[in-house]
Amino acid sequence: MDFLLANLVDGLLIGFIYGIAAMGLTLIFGVMDVINLAHGPIIALGMFSIYLLTTMLGLHPYIALILVAVLGLLLGIVIYIVAVQRVIDAPHLSSLLATFSVNMIIIGLGTAAFSTAPYNLEFSLGKMSLGSVTLLGSRVVGALVALLVTAGLYFFLYRTRNGRYIRAVANNRAAAELVGVPSNRILALSFGIGTMLAALSGGIIATFFPFTILAGGTYELKSFVIVVLGGLGNPVGALVGGLILGLIEGIIPTFMETTWVPVVEFVMFVLILLFRPSGLFGAKQ
Amino acid sequence: MTSLILQVEGVTKRFGGLQALTDVTFDLPERQILGLIGPNGAGKTTLFNVINGVYTPNEGRVIFKGEDVTGSKTYDMAHRGLARTHQIVKPLNDLSVRENVMVGACFGRENHKLHKAGGIADEVLEFVGLAERADQLASSLNVAQKKRLEMARALAARPYLLLLDEVLAGLNPSEIAEMVETVQRIRDQGVTIIMIEHVMHAVMNVSDRMIVLDFGQQIAEGTPEEIQNNPKVVEAYLGDPELADKLMRQADE
Amino acid sequence: MKNWRNILGLVLPLLVVAALALWPVFSGKAVDQETAFTILKAVALASSLNIILGYTGYVSFGHIVFFGVGGYTGFYLMSQQGWSIWPAMAAGGAMSGLIAFLLGKAILRLRGAYFALATIGVNQAMLALVGNLDFIGGPIGMNLNFKVYKEYGGAQEALQMAFYIMAGIALLSVIVSYAVRTSKFGLGLLAIREDEDAAEVMGVVAPNAKTWAYVLSAIIPGIVGALFFFKNGNIEPHDAFPLHTSIEFIVMVMLGGQGTVLGPVLGAVGYQGIRGYLLTSPIFKNIQLAVAGVLLLLIVLFIPFGVVGWIRNRFPQTRRVLQ
Repeated sequence: MDFLLANLVDGLLIGFIYGIAAMGLTLIFGVMDVINLAHGPIIALGMFSIYLLTTMLGLHPYIALILVAVLGLLLGIVIYIVAVQRVIDAPHLSSLLATFSVNMIIIGLGTAAFSTAPYNLEFSLGKMSLGSVTLLGSRVVGALVALLVTAGLYFFLYRTRNGRYIRAVANNRAAAELVGVPSNRILALSFGIGTMLAALSGGIIATFFPFTILAGGTYELKSFVIVVLGGLGNPVGALVGGLILGLIEGIIPTFMETTWVPVVEFVMFVLILLFRPSGLFGAKQ
Repeated sequence: MTSLILQVEGVTKRFGGLQALTDVTFDLPERQILGLIGPNGAGKTTLFNVINGVYTPNEGRVIFKGEDVTGSKTYDMAHRGLARTHQIVKPLNDLSVRENVMVGACFGRENHKLHKAGGIADEVLEFVGLAERADQLASSLNVAQKKRLEMARALAARPYLLLLDEVLAGLNPSEIAEMVETVQRIRDQGVTIIMIEHVMHAVMNVSDRMIVLDFGQQIAEGTPEEIQNNPKVVEAYLGDPELADKLMRQADE
Repeated sequence: MKNWRNILGLVLPLLVVAALALWPVFSGKAVDQETAFTILKAVALASSLNIILGYTGYVSFGHIVFFGVGGYTGFYLMSQQGWSIWPAMAAGGAMSGLIAFLLGKAILRLRGAYFALATIGVNQAMLALVGNLDFIGGPIGMNLNFKVYKEYGGAQEALQMAFYIMAGIALLSVIVSYAVRTSKFGLGLLAIREDEDAAEVMGVVAPNAKTWAYVLSAIIPGIVGALFFFKNGNIEPHDAFPLHTSIEFIVMVMLGGQGTVLGPVLGAVGYQGIRGYLLTSPIFKNIQLAVAGVLLLLIVLFIPFGVVGWIRNRFPQTRRVLQ
C-alpha cells in the first residue's frame, strides 16, 4: 500500500511537469489552431540545454532553468517566423507538416551532435519524508517550479497587455486585428511561450531522469493525451490533465510493467478522441 | 389524386437552448413547387437539413414516398431519390466541372457506372448551360456558375425531390429569370421541388404553394396570393404592415 | 474513356518502375541493385499511402505501422513457423489489411488533425506493444536462421529473388493506384477529399469508402514489410515502426504530387535519390534527417502540390495524362 501511495504521490508531482508541457502545446493550438509537432524535440532540447549549461558553464541547474526558458522562448519565435507564419491560414496538413519538418531538423541535427546515447544530469536534492511516504527533493522542487510557472503564466495572460492581446487573438483574430492588436507579433510571442513551456518542462525532467535526444517523443505522446483529455486549447485543462496522467502513471507499475505505459496512453488517447473529443473540460471552439 | 412525395409531421429541432424548429407540419404532393420563405434565421435551412438527414429532429417524423425516413443518413436519402443544393455552395474544388456532376450521377439514386455517368453529366451540363466549362476546375467558376454547378450535380442524380437553397441569391435580374425558367423546366420533367428563397417576386411567381417560417414556427401556409396578403407574414419580415404592403405592391409592378 | 491520354497515365509510371528494375541488370553492380531495391520499396509504399492521403485526403502520419505489422507477421511465420515466403507475404498483407479495417472503424471518423495524431499514436503504441510481446522477440526482436535462405538456393539467390519480387510489388502498387484513380470508387474518394459532407449528400457512403481505402492502402505495405525483413534477416521494433520514415513517405507523396498516379512514383525516386546522395556525402551523412526536414519545409511553404501538381496547374492540358 505504501508502495502504491509513494508511486501516486510521485506520479502527481511529475504530473505537474507534464501539465506544463501540455500547456505549451495547448496554448499554441488555442491561439492559432496549429498543432506543434516539434513539441517533443523541443522538450528534448530543454533537457540538453540544462545539461550543457550546468556542465559547461557550471551553473546551478535551477539557475540554468531560467536560461532554458529564455532560449525556449527565442527558439519558438524563430520557428514561428521561419516555418509557421506562411502556412498559418493554410489547410491543417500544411502546418502539421511544417512543424513536423522542424521536428525532423532538430532530431537530425541533435542526433548528429549528441548521438542517441543517454545523458544524465546527475542531480539530486536528497529525500524528504512526508508521513509514511518518502519523496525525492528534486520532484518536489520541480513541482513547485511548475506551479510558479503556471501562476506566472496566469498573471501574464490576465494582468498584462500582451497577455490580453494573446487572449484576444485566441478568441477572434480578425476582430483583434480590427481593434489594432499587432497579430503577427502576438502569434510569434504565443508560439514562443508555447515552446518555452515545452523547453522548461524538458529542463525540469532532466533533473529527474537520464535522457536521450529521442526522449522527447515519449513526452510528446503524453502531451497529446493530456491535451485531448483536458480539451484542446484549454490551459487549465492541460494542467489538470497532466495531474491525472501523472496519477495514472503512478498506478500502472502496481499492475503491469512500465513498458506498457505508451500502449495504455494510446488507448486512452483514441478513446477520448472517439467518445469525448472536447475533453473533460471542454475544448476551445 | 397525386401521391404525396413528402410528409413532414410535427418536426421540432433544438440545439442546446435554441429552439430552431417547432412543430413544422406539411404535405407535399408530387410535381409541385413549394416555396419556403421567412426572415433570416427562421429555420429554413435547418428544415432542409432535417429533411435530407443532416440533422435528426428531436420530435416529429419525415416521411418520404410513404416511408419513414426520420434520422436517415444523408447518403441514404440520396439513394432514395432526394437531392439538394446548399446556400453556401460546396463545389468539389480540385475536380473538373464534369467530374463534379459525375459524382452526382454515380452515387445518386440511379447508381451509374463511370461511363454512363459521363454521358448524363454532359446532358445535364448542357441543360444548365455549363457545357463549355466541362473541363475547367470547379474552383475557377464564378459564384453564379458555381450555383449552376450545384444544381447540375443535384439533377444528375435524377432525384424525385429537389431541395433548392437560395439558388437565386447574388444573381442579377436576367440570371434570375433564366434560373426561374430552369426550375420550371425541371419541374416539367417530373421533379418535385422545394425552394428556399429571399427574392420574393421570383419565388411568388414560380411556386404553387408556399410555407412561411418565423423563429422556427410555421406562421402561414397557402398559395402565393394568400401569403402575400397575410399580415402575419408581412409583419414577420418587416415589422410594419403598411411599409411591407407598399414594398410588395412595388415588386409586383 | 480509354483514349491514349488516359493509358499514358498508367504507362508513364510503369515505365519508371520498369526502368528502375532493369537498371541493375544492365549495370551489373550489386550496389545498384541495393539502391534500386530501396527505391522500389519507396515507390510501393508511397503509392499505397497515396490512396488514403492523396485520393481520400486523410493524412496518415503513422502509416508505416502497416509495414511493421506485415513485417512482423511475415517474419514470425517464416522464422518460427517455417512458412515459405509467398504465403508469408500474403499473410503480412492480410494482417495489415485486417488491422487497418479494425483501426479504421475506430479512427476514420476523426477528421483532419485529429486523425493524423491518432495515426501517430497508433504507430507509437504498436511499437511499444510489440516490444512487450516475448513470443515475437520483445525489445530485441527476431533473427532469421540462414538455413531459411537455403530453400531459395542460398543467400545470394534469395537476395536476387527478393529484388525481383519487390519490382513486381512496385509495379502492382502502380497498377492498383491507377485502377483506384480511374474507378467509380476512386471518384467517390476524391469527392470525400474535396468535401466529405457534400459527398455524402450526393450519396457517397463515406464511412465504407474510407474504410476500404484505408484497408487497400495498408495491404501492400504489409506485403512489402514481410519481404523487406525476410531480406534483412532480422527484425526489431524500432526498425519495423520508424515514425520519421513514415513522414518521409508523406514527403515523397507531396514532393511528387499527391492525388496522382505518377506523383508518388516520381517523389519516391526523387527523394531516395536525394537521400542516397546525402548518405554518401561526408558533409550531410549525419544530418540526413535534418536535410529531409528542410526539404519538406520548402515543399510545404512553396510548392504544396508537388512537382506533378505544379505541372498540372501550369499546363492544364496535361491533366488527363498526369492523372
